[in-house]
Amino acid sequence: MSERVAVRKTYKLFIGGKFPRSESGRSYLVQDANVSLASRKDARDAVVAARAAVKGWAGATAYNRGQILYRVAEMLEGRREQFVALGVPADEVDAATDRWVWYAGWSDKLPQVYGGANPVAGPYFNLSAPEPTGVVAVVAPEQPALLGLVSVIAPAIVTGNTVVVAASPSAPLAAVTLAEVLATSDLPGGVVNILTGKITETAPALAAHMDVNAIDLTGVTEAELAADLEVKAAQNLKRVLRPAPADHDWTADPGITRMTTLLETKTVWHPKGV
Amino acid sequence: MTATTTSARSDLSELGRSETALRTFLHGLPGVDQVGAEQRAAQLGTRSIKTTAKAQAIDLAIRMVDLTTLEGADTPGKVRALAAKALRPDPADPSCPHVGAVCVYPAMVPYVAEVLRGSGVHLASVATAFPSGQAPLEVKLADTRAAVEAGADEIDMVINRGAFLAGRYQEVYDEIVAIKEACGSADGGRQGRPAAHLKVILETGELATYDNVRRASWLAMLAGGDFIKTSTGKVPVAATLPVTLVMLEAVRDFRAATGRQVGVKPAGGIKTTKDAIRYLVMVNETVGADWLDPDWFRFGASSLLNDLLMQRTKLTTGVYSGPDYFTLD
Repeated sequence: MSERVAVRKTYKLFIGGKFPRSESGRSYLVQDANVSLASRKDARDAVVAARAAVKGWAGATAYNRGQILYRVAEMLEGRREQFVALGVPADEVDAATDRWVWYAGWSDKLPQVYGGANPVAGPYFNLSAPEPTGVVAVVAPEQPALLGLVSVIAPAIVTGNTVVVAASPSAPLAAVTLAEVLATSDLPGGVVNILTGKITETAPALAAHMDVNAIDLTGVTEAELAADLEVKAAQNLKRVLRPAPADHDWTADPGITRMTTLLETKTVWHPKGV
Repeated sequence: MTATTTSARSDLSELGRSETALRTFLHGLPGVDQVGAEQRAAQLGTRSIKTTAKAQAIDLAIRMVDLTTLEGADTPGKVRALAAKALRPDPADPSCPHVGAVCVYPAMVPYVAEVLRGSGVHLASVATAFPSGQAPLEVKLADTRAAVEAGADEIDMVINRGAFLAGRYQEVYDEIVAIKEACGSADGGRQGRPAAHLKVILETGELATYDNVRRASWLAMLAGGDFIKTSTGKVPVAATLPVTLVMLEAVRDFRAATGRQVGVKPAGGIKTTKDAIRYLVMVNETVGADWLDPDWFRFGASSLLNDLLMQRTKLTTGVYSGPDYFTLD
């Protein structure tokens, strides 16, 4: 009997709920695996997929979004060993799972904490409610590969945004494996799109894209690139999250700034009977 | 591709006189190689058009757009806005060309005519009980005359598919001839202007086979159509590349046989710049550069224009644009 041939895995992009290769056909060798090297056209396709997903995801009830994010945590827990095998420390996987759960809980609480009734000098009910800003481009931190990634994706999508993530170029396997978790979690296709490859190639296209509403520069380490991206983002007044400091502690309580930066406030004036 | 064998020029003009002659001629046309046509269309669709060639193709495609709104909910305000967009598709960029025509229902023609007067943008109107074509001939003629008198200089008529599929070619032929007559002879209404161009909609989605598409194309051209158009956009299957290929071959062979050039207009389902460029490649490869002109090739579309404008903006600014920056209709 012949010896069984192992099934080798190709690590691909995650766009619109599917796992395509890069449009350019390129790949690069990292972490002993061939990983797709995304081009600016992949970034463009990812933005189209993310834009298409906004209506359904932002329109879903907060309760439903919370349930789906909790489901992601369930799936992540089930794949714990797989992440460990990829070199992610076990306690980091646990911390990442806990972070999904933590953010999942915020889905129906953030509008209560961050919105509310405003006192106004007139016969009106005046109410402010936070709403998602739309498509968010995210440059994920290089390290920690999984916890860092989860800590930038979850706060963006829990409020109803959709994201295009440029994953860590040096440790992309955790990102592609997380994509497999997301694909099996009832998360609608296009809500999270993950690009692997060079930040210098995908991030400028995303920062300049007129159909992207906000950009999170957390993973950008060079000050010059960060400044350039911020200038590009100013073209259509994108909301910007600045790069994280090098010594940022990812295990600490993240606070709600990551969520609130990616929101727009809708204020309603409603006439009050006298 | 095989050129259709045709009899001498004089014979073709006689065909319309008898049902038998028409049937003999149309059924004598060579059959379409379905697999071949689909493969050819798919192959031409793989061409890569980039940079300056793409910029030219986009501008040409914009000039070829028949900006269309055919909704029950059309209002004078909506069609006026559409006409204004036809004149200046991208208000931010004066170098952007205007579209080929605006296409509306007859009742909306006067409002569009006000806006387009003297601009060089044509005004097309659907007529003849669009989209089904199931009405008495007098009604269709009155419909056509009304549109022409209101100011339309192009008429998009639908053929009587019921009669065509039943094999009553003479009836279809006579109807096209009568509508063609109505396009040019609306008494007084034309006030010396040239006759309105007649586009004949074959509704290929209802014709079932490529052989029927070829026959209907020839029938429409023999009866005097100035353009042959694929679809109304109101049935699920609209313009496809293979169907357009068959029609392009028909106009090519028709010009070879008679010397008269007929235009082609795919309509419905063409939504992206990529689609449009695939069609342009096919036009160039099938019938040649003579047809790469808004007078001879048009796109019946509405959402296509915005994608063309977004791609155009990307080429001029280097930055991907978004739908937020262009009007919805």
